[in-house]
Amino acid sequence: MTDVSIDTMPVAAAPARRDIGLKARYRAERRFRIYGVLAISVGLIFLAIMLASIVLKGHTAFWQTTVTLPISFDEKVIDPQGERATDPNVLIKANYPKLAENALVAKLGINADDKAAVRKLKGFLSDGARVQLRDIVVSDPSVIGTTRDVEVLVSANMDSAFKGQIDLSVDQARRKVSDQQVAWMNQLKAEGVMAEHFNSGLFTFGASSRPETSGMGVAIIGSFYMMAIVLLLALPIGVAASIYLEEFAKKNRFTDLIEVNINNLAAVPSIVFGLLGLAVFVNFLGMPRSASIVGGLVLTLMTLPTIIIATRAALAAVPPSIRAAALGLGASRMQMVFHHILPLAAPGILTGTIIGLARALGETAPLLLIGMVAFVADYPATPFDPATALPVQIYMWANEAERAFVERMSGAIIILLIFLMAMNITAIVLRRRFERRW
Amino acid sequence: MKRYLLTASAAALVLAGTAGFASARDQIQVAGSSTVLPYAKIVAEQFGETFTNFKTPVVESGGSGAGIKEFCKGVGENTIDIANSSRPIKKDEVQSCIDAGVKEIQEVKIGYDGIVFATDINGPDWALTPEDVYKALAAKIAVDGKLVDNPNTKWNQVNPNLPDWDIAAYIPGEKHGTREVFEEKLLIAGCKKLGGVEAGTASGLDEKGAEAACKAVRKDGKAVDIDGDYTETLARIDSNKTGVGVFGLAFYENNADKLKVATVGGITPSVETIAKGEYPVSRPLFFYVKKAHLGVVPGLKEYVDFFLDDQMVGPEGPLAEYGLVAAPDAERAAQREAFDAGKTM
Repeated sequence: MTDVSIDTMPVAAAPARRDIGLKARYRAERRFRIYGVLAISVGLIFLAIMLASIVLKGHTAFWQTTVTLPISFDEKVIDPQGERATDPNVLIKANYPKLAENALVAKLGINADDKAAVRKLKGFLSDGARVQLRDIVVSDPSVIGTTRDVEVLVSANMDSAFKGQIDLSVDQARRKVSDQQVAWMNQLKAEGVMAEHFNSGLFTFGASSRPETSGMGVAIIGSFYMMAIVLLLALPIGVAASIYLEEFAKKNRFTDLIEVNINNLAAVPSIVFGLLGLAVFVNFLGMPRSASIVGGLVLTLMTLPTIIIATRAALAAVPPSIRAAALGLGASRMQMVFHHILPLAAPGILTGTIIGLARALGETAPLLLIGMVAFVADYPATPFDPATALPVQIYMWANEAERAFVERMSGAIIILLIFLMAMNITAIVLRRRFERRW
Repeated sequence: MKRYLLTASAAALVLAGTAGFASARDQIQVAGSSTVLPYAKIVAEQFGETFTNFKTPVVESGGSGAGIKEFCKGVGENTIDIANSSRPIKKDEVQSCIDAGVKEIQEVKIGYDGIVFATDINGPDWALTPEDVYKALAAKIAVDGKLVDNPNTKWNQVNPNLPDWDIAAYIPGEKHGTREVFEEKLLIAGCKKLGGVEAGTASGLDEKGAEAACKAVRKDGKAVDIDGDYTETLARIDSNKTGVGVFGLAFYENNADKLKVATVGGITPSVETIAKGEYPVSRPLFFYVKKAHLGVVPGLKEYVDFFLDDQMVGPEGPLAEYGLVAAPDAERAAQREAFDAGKTM
């Protein structure tokens, strides 16, 4: 019955729908969504390609090949004249590479009198063995005359060959390792004395012209000094400036002008701050070149606008009712700011500061002009000593001719990315944890 | 909170104030040519390892011109001690040094560097002459005694013995120290042999203008200036297998499994042919020492002596191993003598 009634219902009963372009509008929305998804996927694809290429090239940098050799600290090699009691230089100038070579010759079972075979060993072990063995002897001269197992670094070329990065199918004249060296390498590998270990040197060594003994130690310390200086200077100055501008200063043309200038400064290319640093800190104030103090000051100038803008935004986000309540209960304006507004704005301020610091950590351009893009091998004891920074070390390694530096460069990028990610995650966590919404 | 803020800002002021009165520098500072940089790094590192009583020198890169400019800023703790350079210092640079108070400069020649042409390892053999390079890469070339816009688009149009490849050359950019050798030893040399200078003067240029016309590189995209380092050139060749790149000898030797080197004038570039002066495209490398800093900056004299020692710059030393072409024995001895005698420019 009902079916019939529906069937027989006059069509005209439903009012004719006005064409308001609903379909077209839905289509437009669907198109727009597709554009959005495409934009995100393009971004993600490029990010994935970048990360994959860095990780693929760089993960090997965290491993370093070494040979464990029984080094006999032979007095005849170290101190043939027996003068070490009177002349301390003997222990410094001794022929330590010979010790490592002797041990390797014995290990490989080469006849020590076969000079031609011994000469082929050249370039097998790292020249860094000299310093490594010297440090052992100088710190404890009683090892002379004894034999001790030491993990000696192999040269960068052998390291690359061991990791399979050198194409061994090409003629041996065209590559940096000879067939004989490869045979010795396989022999040592079979005996289990030549193996890859975690490359702690990547984090502790300073700059070096030898890939196997170069690391980011100086760069990490330099970056640490600079971040400490930036935090110590930019945070108090930036917060004080924003509190004054936001809470105390009269709103007039002059403060507007200051605000416009701060916003402009935040967008100034960083190299300009480097020029300023060179002119003011190095040439006018006579501060040392290449020192992290100058780098820190330059980066402070660069970070200040970011911190001021973030802090002012955080202060402005605190609702006026809090201010009114504080003042109404008899607090002075300073008490209102420091007891109520600032604690509530703190998460926003910290987030801004961390993001500013992260940006400063990744800067190279301003450091170029104040001489921090340099070869620095010694640890800086104070911020007044020459140092480099993490991104600078990446740049320096990118300019090297040796193949082994390529993996180190990618490894350094991974380390820098981890630092940056840790900082940004801290910022996000702080915001999530402490942010209040009204 | 208030007290904390006050202390923090006071600490900041003290920190900024003390910076002006830094302690005396006890570390040598070097800046300059990126070609000399790897050699200076090797010497600096070994110097630091050998002389444990001195710190390892700090070596900045940035180019010959920039290094000399820093060097000529004056005398004092916050100026550098040594400028590395891949070309001799110019007269006006010496003058600006003198104007700034750097009156005594000691020149030290450390050896030679060669630049080579190289192609992808799988390509055919290449034999170039300065004339070929000029005809392929100059903006205008001499044809029948007249300068015309370079019509060549393929290497075999330049010289029938070269392969049928589109001309694509990756040459050092204009701020590169290597560029001068490239212009001098290839473009101008080739131009002179082919009568480009006469063609230039015939079309109304003076002698200087004609020479400048010789070394003007074509701007139609067939010759690409590389302002970065050789790694970038190598990447270009990787992506364009018929490209020709210009490299330092040391860089080529480190990447000989990827690159094939071209002969120039029939001579294969090698340490031997450059030391003998047979290979045409090579140049001397220098560094300049501020005499006023000798005896003031600890270790400076020892560093230069160590650099000039045969165990460093000699033909068996680590610099030669890296690609530096050692100067002949007599020349090295003369450099040592001149430095010890305190000879200034």
